[in-house]
Amino acid sequence: MKLRKFFMRSKPFLVAGLFVFFLAGCRSQFPVLDPQGPVGKSEYQLIVFSAILIAVIVVPVLLILVYIVYRYRAHLGNNAPYTPEWADSKLLETVWWGIPILIVGVLGWYTVNTTFLLVKPPVKDVKPLTIQVISLDWKWLFQYPDQQIATVNYCEIPEGMPVQFVLTSDAPMNSFWVPQLGGQEYSMPGMAMRLWLQADKTGDYAGSGANFTGRGFAHMRFQVLARPQSSFNAWVDQIKKTSPPLTQAGYQQLKKPGVADHMSYSAYPPGLFNDVVNKNRNHPSSWRR
Amino acid sequence: MGNGNLTASHFFVTGDPLIYSADAAIILSVLSILFFLTRCHKWGWLWREWITSVDHKKIGIMYMIAAMLMLFRGGVDALLMRTQLALPNLQFLRAQHYDEIFTTHGTIMILFMAMPLMFALFNIVVPLQIGARDVAYPFLNAVSFWLFFFGAMLFNLSFVIGGSPDAGWLAYPPLSETAFSPGPGENFYIWGIQISGIGSLATGINFVATILKMRAPGMKLMRMPLFAWSVLSSSIVIIFAFPVLTITLALLFIDRFAGAHFFGMTGGANPMMYVNLIWMWGHPEVYIVVLPAFGVFSEVVSTFAKKRIFGYKSMVFSMLIISVLSFFTWVHHFFTMGAGADVNAFFAVTTMAIAIPTGVKVFNWLFTLYRGRITMASPMLWTISFIPAFVVGGATGVMLAVAPADYQYHNSYFLIAHFHQVLIGGVVFGYFAGLYYWWPKMFGFQLDERLGKWAFWLWNIGFYVCFMPQYALGFMGMTRRVYTYGWDLGWAPLNFVSTVGAFLMGAGFVFQVWQILYSIRHGRRDLTGDPWNGRTLEWSMPSPAPYYNFAQIPQVKDRDAWWMEKQQMPEEGRGNTAVKYEPIHMPKNSGIPFVMAVFWFIAGFGFTFHWIALGIAGLAGVGMSLLARSFQYKMEYEIPVEEIQRVEASMGRIG
Ligand code: HEM
Ligand SMILES: [Cu+2]
Ligand SMILES: [Cu+2]
Repeated sequence: MKLRKFFMRSKPFLVAGLFVFFLAGCRSQFPVLDPQGPVGKSEYQLIVFSAILIAVIVVPVLLILVYIVYRYRAHLGNNAPYTPEWADSKLLETVWWGIPILIVGVLGWYTVNTTFLLVKPPVKDVKPLTIQVISLDWKWLFQYPDQQIATVNYCEIPEGMPVQFVLTSDAPMNSFWVPQLGGQEYSMPGMAMRLWLQADKTGDYAGSGANFTGRGFAHMRFQVLARPQSSFNAWVDQIKKTSPPLTQAGYQQLKKPGVADHMSYSAYPPGLFNDVVNKNRNHPSSWRR
Repeated sequence: MGNGNLTASHFFVTGDPLIYSADAAIILSVLSILFFLTRCHKWGWLWREWITSVDHKKIGIMYMIAAMLMLFRGGVDALLMRTQLALPNLQFLRAQHYDEIFTTHGTIMILFMAMPLMFALFNIVVPLQIGARDVAYPFLNAVSFWLFFFGAMLFNLSFVIGGSPDAGWLAYPPLSETAFSPGPGENFYIWGIQISGIGSLATGINFVATILKMRAPGMKLMRMPLFAWSVLSSSIVIIFAFPVLTITLALLFIDRFAGAHFFGMTGGANPMMYVNLIWMWGHPEVYIVVLPAFGVFSEVVSTFAKKRIFGYKSMVFSMLIISVLSFFTWVHHFFTMGAGADVNAFFAVTTMAIAIPTGVKVFNWLFTLYRGRITMASPMLWTISFIPAFVVGGATGVMLAVAPADYQYHNSYFLIAHFHQVLIGGVVFGYFAGLYYWWPKMFGFQLDERLGKWAFWLWNIGFYVCFMPQYALGFMGMTRRVYTYGWDLGWAPLNFVSTVGAFLMGAGFVFQVWQILYSIRHGRRDLTGDPWNGRTLEWSMPSPAPYYNFAQIPQVKDRDAWWMEKQQMPEEGRGNTAVKYEPIHMPKNSGIPFVMAVFWFIAGFGFTFHWIALGIAGLAGVGMSLLARSFQYKMEYEIPVEEIQRVEASMGRIG
């Protein structure tokens, strides 16, 4: 009896404790909830903030529901008030038009602010790295215009440096997603889309295509490896020395539908990325951003 | 692909045991139905009583049966997918097969299950509820049904002939263009939806006209039951949204058929245009299907709490706002497509704004229950369970509306969990509540409550077991439409749990079928016509309603017209007053809607395989059907007074 009472009393704490344990203990299992860069972090904050704000309304509503259904059930001897004709209350209605308006107001305001904020690069005083990404059937080709190397299905970035991914597609539209670094962006034929990401710490971050592109779509996973600047430089040199170059013919081969392993190239046809964009550049330029 | 150079092995889908067994099942069931009909001499009956019927009640029942069959098909698809995903690296479905199945599952569930089930409720309830003898255009109503039916048949045919579509339920180009989807699958998709879509548009027009023009005298708009209001709002959305779908798919077909460049990768095409257009229909579409569910809940809550609906005016107003707002949120389906911060911010806020009227409705339902007397019969159970499901699903919807956060949810299992929660918890539970509620009115008997409780709990437990883990899977980075995944990702346990939940829901469905079969024999007959102590006009007449509905058109003096009448009328005298009947004009049955839809089917089939001659022949048949209709002059007949007296007496309505 006592034990049960104790259990009932402490139930909320137990539940909360479990929840915290769950979040803390297995957070790395949940890449979206374990962001490792400024973009992912601000999105994470927004996720948590919106979840709390919404819980503020959801939890009471559910409690009220349980109470009402219990209190007013039709059984003999239920002496709760019964007012079958009462169907209007200006005051009450004002209250529940007001509450959602207020919540949506607050959330909307934060949303608008963050939306504008996230368009800018995460850190301003560092020179960013640019990586051009082409989604193919069914693999990812990464090109480093400054280093003149290319990789398939993985890329290295220096830790702590903002990276500008420029995305396009030479196949059906895909979406480039590295959950621990930040949210996704579509890669579309004929367009070059920009996505800023940054890894604060060294680590291997899993990424995937997120927009369905056909049979091999499930295999379009890739790795983003964040390394200290020095090992990044060493890695670039290594590739320049040991990997074969990507030729025009090699690209045509790569483009054919199929899946691929990690690959690297010491060079690639100059202007390949722009050629791909322009070849598929379809819509009048006024429609593009 | 191309004109007519298909071999038999392209035509019939081959090489897969699942498909062969489906072939066998289809052939066997068709043969047994044919055998049964011939053996029992039912062909004439089927033709006279059902196929040519323009009676809204019968059309409603046919919609319902077709929708339940489609729920079965879509549900089997779902279980196949969940089986494949239960554990990593399973070889149960191949990639191609998985892609086809999620595409047909999504398309069937929305367009060939939710829409017809909704039209079933429109048809069965609206005329009775507003005191009308039929819809405004009964012939058109039959046309709508048969177009839906043959559209759905055409779509389903792709499973065994030609191959199913596999580019997702919205068929985004360039993937759905000939370059990447060369087979007939996408053509089946386009024509199946186009043909049934014409029917849906016509139904929207029909019900707007019915509700605006056919209400019983005294039923002002603000005295109309909330279900009728929900149908009106939904139909208005249909009228504005469906033409967008028709045009979009027509353009896609021109791309595929004639090599145009609207949405492809080359020649000035723009796939983003398609994505915009399809969601300009797609988002309103989800409100089309959920608004009538809101209507059902309003009726059920007030009946089973024995209380007037709280805040009637707010309820009406909020539905109308939702109808309008639903056209201004479509971009939230592709925040990550590179629109500027200004555009994304605008659509984030409009999306959140929809939560306001929706939230108000929830509060009004709660306060209808408050100080009521709540009976937990089946319709009410489903309604009560809708509230937590929809509140949580709506809340995650608001989270998705936060544009920058959506960059992390988009295309992930978080999204899958969200939309199933609102589609099942809102739409499916809502229509179930409606079916349980109006079932006695349709068939004259009640459904067994004990089996119904089993179905209810299995569905509900299964629902949370299936979809709650998927929110977490979204946070784990699992994207939608993947047919397989590795052990290393840690997605296995939650996926397994989710699959268990899906099978619990499947068991719930089995219980429902059992419940119906059982109740046909053992269900309690509804002799009063008012088994729930209802409030609106449909409960004032016998169950099932006579084919002309009201022997005398009722006079409406207030909201909850039947409830008011019951309050004022002594128990015994009810319905027994001596009345003077007048002859009733009714529309005649017609075989033209059926024949015309068959021609549409032929046309669609022809164009799907690029057999232009067949396609044109089908269209010519459609034209001839229309022409034949225009030469019909006597389209009504009169029911004499003696017949009305006879029918009413047989139902115990004349003393
Ligand atoms: C009865 C239980 C249901 C289960 C277990 C279920 C399961 C699934 C699964 C496994 C997917 C595929 C996820 C993926 O691989 O991306 C899916 C997709 C989908 N489902 Fe369901 N579903 C159910 C009911 C419904 C209902 C009732 C509706 C609509 C009214 C619906 C609409 C959709 C849609 C639109 C998609 C997206 C298809 C696409 O990606 O093209 N589902 N569902
Ligand atoms: Cu684009
Ligand atoms: Cu939407």
